[in-house]
Amino acid sequence: MAEELLKIEHLTKKFEDNMILDDVSLTVHRGEVIVVVGPSGCGKSTMLRCINALEPIQGGTIEIDGQQISQKSKNLTELRQKVGMVFQSYELFPHLTVLNNILLAPTKVQKREKEEVKKEAMELLDRVGLKEKADSFPRQLSGGQKQRVAIVRALCMHPEILLFDEVTAALDPEMVREVLDVMLQLAQQGKTMVIVTHEMQFARAIADRVIFLEGGKIVEDADPDTFFDHPQTERAKQFLNVFTFENVKHKTAEEN
Amino acid sequence: MPDLGLEVLLKGKNMMRLIGGLGIALKISLISVVVSIPLGILLGALMTWKNPITKAILRLYLEFIRIMPQMVLLFLVYFGSTRAFGWDLSGETASIIVFILWGTAEMSDLVRGALSSIPKHQYESSEALGLSKVQTYLYIIIPQTLRRLIPLSINLITRMIKTTSLILMIGVVEVLKVAQQIIEANRMASPNAAFGIYLAVFLLYFLACWPISMLAKYLEKRWK
Repeated sequence: MAEELLKIEHLTKKFEDNMILDDVSLTVHRGEVIVVVGPSGCGKSTMLRCINALEPIQGGTIEIDGQQISQKSKNLTELRQKVGMVFQSYELFPHLTVLNNILLAPTKVQKREKEEVKKEAMELLDRVGLKEKADSFPRQLSGGQKQRVAIVRALCMHPEILLFDEVTAALDPEMVREVLDVMLQLAQQGKTMVIVTHEMQFARAIADRVIFLEGGKIVEDADPDTFFDHPQTERAKQFLNVFTFENVKHKTAEEN
Repeated sequence: MPDLGLEVLLKGKNMMRLIGGLGIALKISLISVVVSIPLGILLGALMTWKNPITKAILRLYLEFIRIMPQMVLLFLVYFGSTRAFGWDLSGETASIIVFILWGTAEMSDLVRGALSSIPKHQYESSEALGLSKVQTYLYIIIPQTLRRLIPLSINLITRMIKTTSLILMIGVVEVLKVAQQIIEANRMASPNAAFGIYLAVFLLYFLACWPISMLAKYLEKRWK
C-alpha cells in the first residue's frame, strides 16, 4: 500500500447544535481516487471544506502528509498549498485574466519565477483545450471553461491532493463531460483526489473507493463495483435507486 | 432678442467674483472629500465587522445623517453650537464640519455595500490557494472593492459640490451668494440680470462637475 497522504480521525463538525459530521474517519493513500456520494445535506461538502480548514472543527484530527491541519495551524497557508480545491461555482477572480488567475498563487505565495509558472500554466491550459483563452476574463468564458480554468489554477500549485466539491453541479449537461474528462485524465496521471459528485456513472469509472456518507457518518466504504452492484446497507440501496428509472412507456405497451 | 442681462457679467470684476465664489465652494467640498473618504473607508470596513455594538452605533450615525436634511444639519452646527457650547464657528468651518459628517456617512455606506457585495467564496477560494489573509485582501478583495467603489465615490463628490449651494444660508459667500449680490447691485441698471447671472452660475457648476462625472462613467465602463 502506498503511503498515507490524508488521515481523518474521529472528525466531528457541528453547526450550533446540528451535528454535520459525526465521528468520521477516513484514510486516503497517495495516488488514490476517492469518490464521496450521499444525499444532499449529508455533510459531503462540509467534509471537503474541513480538509482544507475552511471550516472550524469541533473534534478529531485531520492530517495531511503527517502534519495536522486546522484553522489554528501556524503553517496553515503552507499546508493549504498541499491541498488543491475546486468549487462548485468555479470562483475564479473576476478582475484577473485567466492567466493571472492561475499565476497569482504560484508567484505570490510560492514565490516562483513568473516565466517558469507561465510556461507551465500555458501547457496545462493547452491540455484542457483553453490555451487561446489565456488573456480572456472569466466573464467571457462558459461555465465548463471556467471550471477547467479553476482546475488548472489548483494544479499549478502542485498540490499533493485535489478536492472537487460538486464541480459539475452548476453546469449544462454537455459541459459536464468536458470537465469530467479533465478529471479522468488527472486520475490516469495518478493524482490523489477526493471527489464529491452526483454523477454516478462517472463515480464508478474514476473511483478506487466509494464512500457513502449519510447523516454525517460513513455508512459504506467499498470499491465501486461492490458499492454500485451489491450495496451492503438498505440506505445505500435506496439512495442508488434514485438514479435508476423504470421504463414507464414500455411497460404500459406490454400491458396492452 | 430679449434682454438676457448678459452684459452685467462683463461689468467690473463680476465674472472674476463669480469664479472666486465657485472657488470657495470647491475648496469646501475638496477639504470635506479629502477628509471624509478615508474616514468613510474606515467606518465602512468597521460596519462589516460582526460586533453588534459597533454596527449599531455606526448604523445610528448613518441613519441620523441621512434622515436630516443637510440644511438642518448646517443650522444645527452653525447656530446650534454657538448657543449650546458658545463656539464661534465661521460659516466655512461649520460647512466643512457638516460636509465631513455627511460625506463620511455616505462614503461608509458605499464602502460597506461594496465590501459585502464580494461573495464569501472569493475569500475562500483565495485562502484555499494558500494566500494569507493580508494577501487575500491585497490581491483579491481590495481590487474588486475599488472597482465597485471608485465610480460611486466620484458621484458622491459631485453631489457634495452641488450641495455647497446650501451654505449661503449660513452666510458663506460662495458662487450662488455672489450671484445674488451681483443681481441685487444691478437691480436698477439691468433688471434682467438674474437670467444671465444664474445662467453663468449653471455653467460654472456644470464645468466643475461634468468632467468628474465623465470620469466616473469612463471608469465604470472600463471595469465592468
